[in-house]
Amino acid sequence: MPDLLIELLSEEIPARMQANAAEDLKRLVTDGLAEAGLSHDDATSYVTPRRLILTVAGLPKVSPATREERKGPSVSAPEKALDGFLRSTGLSKEDLEARDGRKGQVWFAVIEREGRPASQIVAEVLDAVIREFPWPKSMRWGSGSLRWVRPLHSIICLLCDADESQVVDLEIDGIRAGDRTVGHRFMAPESISVTSTADYLAKMNGAKVVLSAKGREEIIMREATRLADERGLELVEDKSLLAEVAGLVEWPVVLLGEIGEEFLDLPPEVLQASMRVHQKFFSARDSSGRITHFIAVADRETADKGATIMAGNQKVLRARLSDAKFFWENDLRVARDGMKAWTEMLGKVTFHNRLGSQAERIDRISTLAGEVASALGADPDGAISAALIAKADLSSEMVYEFAELQGIMGEHYARAAGYSDEVARVAREHYQPLGPSDDVPNGHLSIAVALADKIDTLAGFWAMDEKPTGSKDPFALRRAALGVIRLILENDLRISFVEIATKSGLRAALAVEEHDSEAAGRNAEAKALHDKTRGDPGIGDEGLTLPRGILEFLHDRMKVFLRGKGLRHDVIDACLAMPGADDLTLLVKRSTALSEFLDTEDGDNLTQGFKRAHNILKQAEEKDGVEYALVPDPKLAETDEERSLFDALERAEAAIRPAMRAEDFESAMSAMANLRGPIDGFFDEVQVNAADESLRRNRLNLLHRISETCLAVADLSRIEG
Amino acid sequence: MSADTRPKSFQEIILRLQSYWAGKGCALLQPYDLEVGAGTFHPATMLRALGPREWSAAYVQASRRPTDGRYGENPHRLQHYYQFQVIIKPSPPDLQELYIGSLEAIGIDMDLHDIRFVEDDWESPTLGAWGLGWEVWCDGMEVSQFTYFQQVGGHDCHPVSGELTYGLERLAMYVLGIDHVMEMPFNDPQSRIALTYGDVFRQTEEEFARWNFDVADTGMLFRHFDDAEAECRRILEAEELDQKTGKRIVMVHPAYDQCIKASHLFNLLDARGVISVTERQAYIGRVRSLAKACADAFVTTEAAAGA
Repeated sequence: MPDLLIELLSEEIPARMQANAAEDLKRLVTDGLAEAGLSHDDATSYVTPRRLILTVAGLPKVSPATREERKGPSVSAPEKALDGFLRSTGLSKEDLEARDGRKGQVWFAVIEREGRPASQIVAEVLDAVIREFPWPKSMRWGSGSLRWVRPLHSIICLLCDADESQVVDLEIDGIRAGDRTVGHRFMAPESISVTSTADYLAKMNGAKVVLSAKGREEIIMREATRLADERGLELVEDKSLLAEVAGLVEWPVVLLGEIGEEFLDLPPEVLQASMRVHQKFFSARDSSGRITHFIAVADRETADKGATIMAGNQKVLRARLSDAKFFWENDLRVARDGMKAWTEMLGKVTFHNRLGSQAERIDRISTLAGEVASALGADPDGAISAALIAKADLSSEMVYEFAELQGIMGEHYARAAGYSDEVARVAREHYQPLGPSDDVPNGHLSIAVALADKIDTLAGFWAMDEKPTGSKDPFALRRAALGVIRLILENDLRISFVEIATKSGLRAALAVEEHDSEAAGRNAEAKALHDKTRGDPGIGDEGLTLPRGILEFLHDRMKVFLRGKGLRHDVIDACLAMPGADDLTLLVKRSTALSEFLDTEDGDNLTQGFKRAHNILKQAEEKDGVEYALVPDPKLAETDEERSLFDALERAEAAIRPAMRAEDFESAMSAMANLRGPIDGFFDEVQVNAADESLRRNRLNLLHRISETCLAVADLSRIEG
Repeated sequence: MSADTRPKSFQEIILRLQSYWAGKGCALLQPYDLEVGAGTFHPATMLRALGPREWSAAYVQASRRPTDGRYGENPHRLQHYYQFQVIIKPSPPDLQELYIGSLEAIGIDMDLHDIRFVEDDWESPTLGAWGLGWEVWCDGMEVSQFTYFQQVGGHDCHPVSGELTYGLERLAMYVLGIDHVMEMPFNDPQSRIALTYGDVFRQTEEEFARWNFDVADTGMLFRHFDDAEAECRRILEAEELDQKTGKRIVMVHPAYDQCIKASHLFNLLDARGVISVTERQAYIGRVRSLAKACADAFVTTEAAAGA
């Protein structure tokens, strides 16, 4: 059973594309082989900056022969039908067999395919895979027409047995597959010929190429940690940087360098960003936690043990950090001046052409932050003023250079401007949570501004009708909604989303209207509208409605979030149907209680009882064309079971009402659970559809009362099963 | 000049690059005589990358980036600096090796340095051009831009040109071990009259920074922008048949000069801070549509035609 070895040697493949490319090569080739009937054992792919490699073990030399019988048209069918059949089978009429069918003779085609040599199949599959490779971006070069991520130079395509190896006959755009490659660009540039997969793997290692990305990552981590340890330093881990750096080298050599004394006063985030973004250096901390060293990864060994490389890198870093220091010092001057220049500049920066400038956006956010703070019983003025400066750093030189430092610089600069710690923190924390694993802020001001920031974004894009569809969510609205949910739940906030979002939605809608009509050249009208809204800063609640769908969107995210916490979707639906479902904290409390209730035997049985009552009632109502919603009369009860149900309902209602008012869902549900026995007893012993019409009506009204009592706790009709 | 000795001056690095690429068969052109933001604007690149005809050229190009002016004080930033540009069509298969050879020619010892090709796709919104390639790092320092042109002026490139751009000051500072550009020897420091980069350019950097940022007459710049745009259009709309000679003469290059001028005027206006964020896109779009019109015209001319 031969093995297959493929190497595609090209000019440098972008680091960010390498992992997917290795996966794609493996998937596409093995799928192609399988489709052509060529079975195989393990397949492994590797990727380096210059090559994609695939090894497949245990291919047969020849694909198995196949025989397929296909039924065609009736012998008496028109010529046209037969022609179609011949075309689809690739046979001629003489090859067909006429067989007896139930309705006369029918044409049959027997298609026998001989097995084909593996090499032929491999050549076809690889040709197709290379031509249609799913690179995120590809290019042409020279005079050719082939597309690859960067110019493709050579192909190894080898089928090798224990004793012989065969180069697969394949040529693509002038590149003929062979059994030769080269090693590391500088350390082993000589041509290398290979005879087998094992030979290739061994020779590449000798030619200073670590084929596996994981292997390169391990070397980098191990060496970086060792170098840091030797100096009593701690490596700052950075997984995405590690993956990137491992994609920039074939032969990683790790070097440690010192950051100049004059730069150690820069904020650590600035040092780290500057080193990571521009130089792809790791940071190392000293025992006091200060970042004092960097770790660079070179792509080769040198006679001077990297001294020249390190000196060069150090020099580049010095230039970079001089820039950073220049930005930092300039920014500090503006910050100490109260950040006025920045907030003014934000008036000139467009956030979105239909929503206006950043300054307008910040105005909306701060108004909303004030409203949220009031609703939370926090200081509205504090929230408003914190929101007004929370995004000032967007105009700073440092954030212009390193967008990912937004908020982080804001906090530093707000402190420099003399704001309290609490206000300064808002600049950083109002962006949080940045992802599912990021923390949620818990200070009042930060919560208010963080909520306002996200709700304003949601309301704004809803006002423009730019909602996420399918996998497309360019403005990260799902993340914003999830942020709102986590901010509320993890801080146990009691707040009506509808109330807050309605105000926000109106302001966003007015902004869109204003900018749209400005764009349409109707400046005068827009101004009138603008003035009108300025004159009415309070925005009353009357007559306002929430932008359509925004609450549903939030609830959808909520379902996803709660399902992640193990709550069933029907449980959530049952609670979403209850009033006050825009109070997310209440919703979770109710859902959790209901979920626990349903897990008990009583809960489960009660739900069955409720559904039985509910269904009988609905059927009767439909049949009779009336609604049975009158108060049932206990005097008409005939049996003990019926009477005890009346009593139980009386007791349950008396317990449920105050418990619900107190949001004590556990008590409400356990009161509801007490109905289980009486309901079961009732159904066992009492005929609802009695012959006596007044008895029947009374019993249906009784069922209505069961339903009402339970629905006051949760909409059990939505529970499945 | 041998490759194994280290160069002593800025000009020696330029001379070595020129002689290296001349040795590889490039036509050594001279800088274009208009203000451009980058060597790519030179018609030898921007226009010659279009069409099927083979092309191979190398040249120094003074590049002006008014917003980068720092009054000659910043060690690395200049509003006027030099690029060395190589353009070969079709891109040869050994372009990376040729490029590495050029680094050796200016004294970078490949046994001691760490050369890396780091993804950096190039796009010029003003030229309607893009390509894939890398920034080339030497010991962590970006020393060149390496691009395979895919599209120029909105036209797909067939064949593809390979373009190399060396930022000369930065590269030379690295090779010569200089920390501040103004201290870099311009000619041989042993010369009877040794001149530094600062001797040549410190004063001009200061003067231009002031003019670019604070003094340039923005009304005039706006007017000139409109004029250049109008003239570019007018030239391209002119009757192709020349009355005097009776020949078909499409005036691509005169039109393209106006496009270059418009682009530089836009850069000056940008440095003066009088173009808002939203207007910015509109201005870039106007220059791009001129570049596209020039490219459309160029591909109809002989210089673009196949051999």
